[in-house]
Amino acid sequence: MTQMTMIQAINSALDIMLDIDPSVVILGEDVGYFGGVFRCTEGLQKKYGDHRVIDAPIAEGGIIGTAIGLGVNGLRPVAEIQFADYIYPGFDQVVSELARLRYRSDGTFYSPVTIRTPCGGGIRGGQTHSQSPEAIFTHISGLITVMPSNPFDAKGLLVSAIESNDPVIFFEPKRIYNGPFDGDPNKPSVPWSSHPLGEVPEAYYNVPLGKAALVETGHELTIISYGTIVHVAQAAAKLAGVSADIIDVRTLMPLDIDTIRQSVSKTGRCLVAHEATRFCGYGAELVATVQEECFWSLEAPIERVTGWDTPYPHAFEWQYFPGQKRLLAGIRKVMEAK
Amino acid sequence: MSQKSRLHIPHAAARPGETPDFSYLALSPAGSVARPPVDSRVSDIEFLSNDLVRVLDENHAAQGPWNPGLDSSTLLEALRLMVLVRQYDDRMQRMQRQGKITFYMQSLGEEAVSIGGGLALRDSDMLFPAYRNQGLYILRNTGLVEMMSHCLSNTNDFCRGRQMPVFYQNAKNRVFTISGNLATQYPQAVGWAMAAAIKGEDDIAASWVGDGSTAEADFHYALTFAAVYQAPVILNVVNNQWAISTFQGVAGGERRSFAARGLGLGIPGVRVDGNDLLAVYAVTQWAAERARSGGGPTLIELVTYRGGAHSTSDDPTRYRPKDEWAAFPLGDPLLRLKGHLVQAGLWSDEQHLAMEEQMKQYVLECWKKATTFGTMTEGPFLRVHEMFEDVFEHMPRHLQRQQAQLLELEGILP
Repeated sequence: MTQMTMIQAINSALDIMLDIDPSVVILGEDVGYFGGVFRCTEGLQKKYGDHRVIDAPIAEGGIIGTAIGLGVNGLRPVAEIQFADYIYPGFDQVVSELARLRYRSDGTFYSPVTIRTPCGGGIRGGQTHSQSPEAIFTHISGLITVMPSNPFDAKGLLVSAIESNDPVIFFEPKRIYNGPFDGDPNKPSVPWSSHPLGEVPEAYYNVPLGKAALVETGHELTIISYGTIVHVAQAAAKLAGVSADIIDVRTLMPLDIDTIRQSVSKTGRCLVAHEATRFCGYGAELVATVQEECFWSLEAPIERVTGWDTPYPHAFEWQYFPGQKRLLAGIRKVMEAK
Repeated sequence: MSQKSRLHIPHAAARPGETPDFSYLALSPAGSVARPPVDSRVSDIEFLSNDLVRVLDENHAAQGPWNPGLDSSTLLEALRLMVLVRQYDDRMQRMQRQGKITFYMQSLGEEAVSIGGGLALRDSDMLFPAYRNQGLYILRNTGLVEMMSHCLSNTNDFCRGRQMPVFYQNAKNRVFTISGNLATQYPQAVGWAMAAAIKGEDDIAASWVGDGSTAEADFHYALTFAAVYQAPVILNVVNNQWAISTFQGVAGGERRSFAARGLGLGIPGVRVDGNDLLAVYAVTQWAAERARSGGGPTLIELVTYRGGAHSTSDDPTRYRPKDEWAAFPLGDPLLRLKGHLVQAGLWSDEQHLAMEEQMKQYVLECWKKATTFGTMTEGPFLRVHEMFEDVFEHMPRHLQRQQAQLLELEGILP
């Protein structure tokens, strides 16, 4: 075991996959010589050569489109989109092509592309470096959508994503690249070395896609979340003094319904939280799922805590971000409901 | 030719620790490139996309047919603006380093691109800048206090705190709002120009992107639409050699110039020394006249060098030689224009130093004034409920509810 940040864990996953599978190739903006603007691919071009870790032109549609072609011809591409906010020029290639190749060709063609992209706010990135567009992708049939919340899962899930023959969108919450974040920007930052899930094996392992993690166990409330907000939820539950199951869904599509059903059937109360905007956000799907699966166990209306339905404002980052205060208010509401 | 297919990976001429090498840059002597009539057929002027239009020679004298013959007051104003832009950048870069603003992007070494191009256009022409065109905002009389206030996201910010620093706007003086996404403004500029033509007005549009951004599909959409409709637009590619860590070859600059990108569509391309203010002015003036007289779009490649980092978020010594700018054959645009004025007897080193100091003081005064509208740590602050405004023209119910919810939360749990 060794201590890794999420960046190092992602780098380790890529390193291992490049090593054990000669068909794995990485492409993206600044990923080669420079090692990526967040350093996730540092040292990999030097180690594996410029035919396997490729600096791409600034063209997200081009990166994703060529990744599909590389994949159709037997390679296993890992494309990096520098910020999730920049993925939209590649949207048509994702929606109309990558997600549907298998279906439209009756299983004849497929392309095992993984798209890695940093998402989320909390780094003063304003409206073009802070978005959480996961729900746009979970809405598309044929895409696996993943968002880890810690280094251990990031490495294991990325290995599984690369091994998957179905396309995967792998969101990396950049606020927690270097340490867990409980939602309070005024506190000194905490390194991953202080967190149990910052302990990451150097060797190969994987975390299966489609399986949620129960990061806290309790009996009064179920909090369902993913990404950065998992840590905020843990802090808020502690602050509220509530005994809560906290579920990190990890893979948003396909969703691990069993873990959710078991928990909510037990606790009878449920709060759903994410950083992304509320309307048609992923939380809406979670709420609907809980309602469908656990209606007769519910003792209170399901509560939802999310980002506001506005672009991410530079000046009001922390009023926008669903921090402990909003989580706490949500927890109280769902706990006080009779 | 090799005997089998191969994958070519472009590599920068020099990386950290290596000697800068600009032998890949094709140069033309100042004054050597012909200036064809503005109504020339594209097929007759293809040479403009390969050669390099230059006016200032190595002794800073103006040479050849592209010399725009600017009067001394215009030249001195151009110099003053370039010095002001550089001083502004210097101050804001340092303020970011001190944590007073969250982010910054300098235009160091590229000042002639915005000032030369902007001066050659009419005030009523519409500008669609990229994020390194702060010179255009300064040229179009956007107050420095306002630009700084924006970077501070304070109560005087014309974006009301919605955007990161450097995403300026100036609707009154016809400079568009900047996006963080690349090349999106390019087809928009074409659309603006099409509207001008539809309305029968003779204003034109101009837009700027970097060499790296020419890879984006939006660049190609813009060229296609501009060519199809012969839109009165000037499309500028600022080839500053670097897109963060990747050199211009990764954007496809190894075999043909960026100026030549439009030839297949019938758009004339002009490759110009982007560090030569006179040449930038002259080429822009040529393209503007062509557009205004029904000749359609022109693609201009401005060859320059990004003197600083991409932004305050990257360290260029990790991916390029430290002394690369000093070895760049087209020099420093500000010093070249200054040299021209000095050799013409219009300016002196003493005057220049005095003017630099004056601009520096002016910028400092503006900074002090800007901070009176609030900083990141000290009020006055923007009011938090304002974040819900301008999502739509009229605030829908769900946003009204969220706005009330936030205010209640801020009130009950301060």
